[in-house]
Parts: sequence; structure tokens; C-alpha cells
Amino acid sequence: MRRTERPPLLPVAIAAVAVLAFALPLAGLLWRAPWSSAWKQLSSRDALDALRLSLVTSLSATAVAIVLGVPLAWVQARVEYRGKRLVRALTTLPMVLPPVVGGVALLFALGRRGLVGSELDRVGIQLPFTTAGAIVAETFVAMPFLVLTLEAAFRSSDRRLEEAARTLGAGRGEVFRRVTLPLVRPSLIAGAVLCWARALGEFGATITFAGNLPAKTQTLPLFVYLKFEGSDTDAAIVLSLVLVVVSLLVVVGLRDRWLTTR
Amino acid sequence: MTLEADVGVTIGAFVLDVALKVSNGRTLAVVGPNGSGKTTLLRTLAGLTPLTSGHITLDDEVLDDPAADRFRPPEARSVAIVFQDFVLFPHLSALDNVAFGARARGRNKADARRYAGEWLDRVGLGDRAGAHPRELSGGQAQRVALARALASDPALLLLDEPLAALDATTRIDVRRDLRRHLSTFEGVRVLVTHDPVDAAVLADDVVVLDHGRIAQTGTPDDITARPRTPWVADLVGTNLYRGTANAGTLRVDGGGTIAAATVVDDGPAFAVVHPRVVALHRAKPEGTPRNVWQGHATAIERVGDRIRVQVAGPPNIVAEITSAAATALGLVDGSELWVAVKATEVDMYST
Repeated sequence: MRRTERPPLLPVAIAAVAVLAFALPLAGLLWRAPWSSAWKQLSSRDALDALRLSLVTSLSATAVAIVLGVPLAWVQARVEYRGKRLVRALTTLPMVLPPVVGGVALLFALGRRGLVGSELDRVGIQLPFTTAGAIVAETFVAMPFLVLTLEAAFRSSDRRLEEAARTLGAGRGEVFRRVTLPLVRPSLIAGAVLCWARALGEFGATITFAGNLPAKTQTLPLFVYLKFEGSDTDAAIVLSLVLVVVSLLVVVGLRDRWLTTR
Repeated sequence: MTLEADVGVTIGAFVLDVALKVSNGRTLAVVGPNGSGKTTLLRTLAGLTPLTSGHITLDDEVLDDPAADRFRPPEARSVAIVFQDFVLFPHLSALDNVAFGARARGRNKADARRYAGEWLDRVGLGDRAGAHPRELSGGQAQRVALARALASDPALLLLDEPLAALDATTRIDVRRDLRRHLSTFEGVRVLVTHDPVDAAVLADDVVVLDHGRIAQTGTPDDITARPRTPWVADLVGTNLYRGTANAGTLRVDGGGTIAAATVVDDGPAFAVVHPRVVALHRAKPEGTPRNVWQGHATAIERVGDRIRVQVAGPPNIVAEITSAAATALGLVDGSELWVAVKATEVDMYST
């Protein structure tokens, strides 16, 4: 058997510190977890409201992101037009923008006296401080994850498959439905899961634009923060653990994309 | 019932300008170097690339005519393509690949699948109906691609290098099957290829493209005998013999024999001899070549920097020699010559 050279010590030691930096916070959470009262905390009225609301808003935001994002990703991948790079910059911005800035911006756009919000208000539509507003905030922040994932998939899928389908008698809509979409399905699922996880964890834009109203806009992250500030640390920790478990499931679910080295 | 096309396409600096006419039941081979416009020509016929000028009509139906602002999109044309590397739908089984066209053209799912099953049987893949493309061998994938194209009941069948992606041994089998299937298909066939044997075996007529224009048209035999450009001479101007093999020697239909170093099964076979490996002598050559026969020069042509000499045998053969060698031979029309070809330079295979 061939002997392999021992890896150098310094980078391995630094890497170990980096791993600790990831592991320690999780360990802290587990160490302080009130295991005996966990079930009681989880099944409290407030906690269940926050949980339910988080599921509703994050799934709705993902649905909106799919409806708007699939065509956007397709256009970005397949249509040549002037200003395409500008559009890409604009639609990617929420990934790097501090979410609280996004929330402020949404207020000035869609708030009661905002750019478009005042018109919406006139026809009786109010977004700020409503559940719909929370969905808008989550969509704004999370949609780029779906669009970028899907755009890459549209770009790399073999155009000749679509051409073959056209020559076999399928119109453009049918080609999209029966060839293009099935081919990008793994990416669509991955993008939607990423988008959903980001929406579920959304804090800054939601609290700024939609406020912190129990059962209306108080999603899990907001609930965790509120309980923590209000010294109900046990509730904060238990619900944090719920979010950790969900995040772990996402990472494991997308392991083929992230955890394998190709 | 005919395909009539006057194809004008301008893509950047590239100009394709080709006029064709192909009748039902005939196969036209389009040959030419890379970049000559072969694939672009096929794409215009399928409607994947619109014409810049000219027109395409199939059975008196206008498919494309930019001057009259008429264009039928691919899905509204009765045209099917067999692509070079098959382009099967990876997410569908072999059966559903073949059923795709029938489904798209309005048959219900069960009906389309039954029809597709018949086609898979016909290409000998009835037992692979449930396999996905990644589970098929190259030869099987090619047959699925052919069945998929034919099952959409096209009036015009386009084949883009249908054998190029296959290894040499598979190619021989698939070519034989393809020839059989093409002969039962009643519509118009257009085949793009760079393999002279494909053109000779599969096509009734050949069009040679060069830089977007037709360099030569004719039957495969015409073009083999009288190529007009060095490229054509290299590509299709090769000696192809059909006959019956017996213990490594081909008895050529029309007279004479050719021996090869490779042994093939006894029975119908082809032998290919490239003109550049044919040696010409004024006297019977001494030494080892196994194929030696006498003939006389019937045509002498200069192609580029080389001289092509047709020698009447039997068998007849085309030799390509340098002008220095031609001078040394004192070559004129009617010269008596000895032809020599080493058995190791002969490619022979069963049909």
C-alpha cells in the first residue's frame, strides 16, 4: 500500500478552529436547551401561532417566487435584450442587501404613502403590517435564490432537445411543459427549497415592513427575538432549535448539490 | 410529391445559397467539409433556421418564403430529424421518446404508446421499451432516434450524420438497418454525411457543398469517378467495390477480385480502396502486392497538385498520383498500365 504524506499542521489547525466556530454556537444552543419543558414551550398558543404563520407565509412566498421567478429565469437565460445585465444585478441585489434596508425600501414603495402604496391604499389594498406584507417581504428577499438556481439550469439545458421536440410537432408551450420543465426539475426543486428556507428565516425586511403583530406578522424568527428580549429564554431556545432542525433537513435534502465534491 | 428548395441564408459573414430538388422515395446525400453549410441547410428545411431569401416547398405546400412573408414553424411541418448524437429525451423511456411525436400531433396517450411500441418492434427494440436513453447502447439509441422520427409520420426525413457518433463495428450494422428502413420510407430523404461509404450505400443522389455553395451534384458513382475539387476527391472520390467475399477475397460485381488482409464473413461485402494507395506501373511489378492487374487509362485529370487516373480493369479503379510520377510513367489516355494495391491497404467489411 502506498503511504500518503502527512498533511501540514498549520492549515489543519486553522481549519479545526474554523469548524469550531461553526460548531460552538450550535453546542451552546443544545447545552442551554430546556429539554424537560421543551414540549410545553412548543405547544404554547403563541409558539403554535408563530409556527403556523411562518409555514403559511414562507410557503406562500415560495409559491409567488415560483410563479414570478420561473418566467424571469427563463427570460434571463434565453432572451437576448439590452439591459439584461442591469436586470440581473437588480434581481440579485436582495441576496446581498441588508434585509432591514429591503424592508425600509418596501415601506417607501408599498407603504400607505409610498410610491405605489398610496394608489394601492386608494383601492383598499394595504400591505404594511399585514400577513400579505410579510409574504411580500419574504418573497423580495428569497426569490433570487430560486431565480439564480433556475437560470443556470435553463442556460445549461440542451437546446437541441427542444428543437427535436418542435420538429416532432410540439408547439412552444408544449415543448416547455413536456421537455424544458422536466429537464430542469431537479434545479427547480432545489431552488424552491432554498427560497423557502430563506423565506422561513427572514427577519429584517419582515419586521421593518410588516411589523411584529402576533398571529398576523410575527413569524418564528420574530417570535424567537421577542421572547429572547422579553427574557423568556426557554421559548426562544426551543423555537431556535426547530429552525436549526429545519435548516439541517434542507442541507441534507440538498446534499447532492452541496455535500458531494465533484 | 417533391421537396423543392432554393435556400438562401445569411448568418454574419456566412452565406448559404443552395438549390435542391428531391423526389419522393429518393435519398439525397449532402456532403461537404465542416462549415460548408450542411447542417444549416438541414435546419432551414426543418424550420429551425428561417430563410433569408429563397423558398422551400414540400408537396406543393410552401414551408418558407420570406419574400411572401410565409413561414411554417417546425411543429407545423411534416418533417422529422434524426440528429447526429440522437438527442433523445433523457427523462423519457425509449417508448415515450418514440411516442412523443404521435402525442404532440394529437393522439391520446394509450394510442400513441401502442403506435410507438409497433415502431420499436420494427427497429428490433421491442424489449427495450422501458429503458431510458442512458441505459441504451449507441446503436440502440440510434435506432430509437430513427423510430422516433419515423413514428411522427413525416413527409420529409432529415438525417444529420446519423452514424457519426457510433463506433466502427456498430456503424456497419446500423448502416445496413438504416438502408433497409430508408427503403421502406416513402417520403423524401435528405442525409448529411461526411462518410463516402454512407453516401454510396444510402443515397441515390449526392450534393457536394463547399463554402455554402454547391460544388458538384450527381450520383455517388459520378462523383466517385469525377470529383471536381481536391476536397471532394479526398472525401468521396474513393474506390468502393461491392461483391461477394470468400476467404478474404472479394469477387467484385462486374468482374475482377480484390484481396484484403482482414478476413470477413463469407457473403456480400464491400471493399474500399483509397486512390492514394493505388500504385501504377508500366511493367508488371515485382514483389509482394497481392492485388495486381492490368488495365488502361481512360481519363486523366489534374485535381489540385495531384493527378487522378481512371484505369479500366476489371476491376475499374481510380488512382491518385503525383505529377512527377505521372511524368515518369509517360501517362497519356489509353496508356497500358499495371495496377498494384497492397492487401493491407484494402478495407473490407460485410454488408
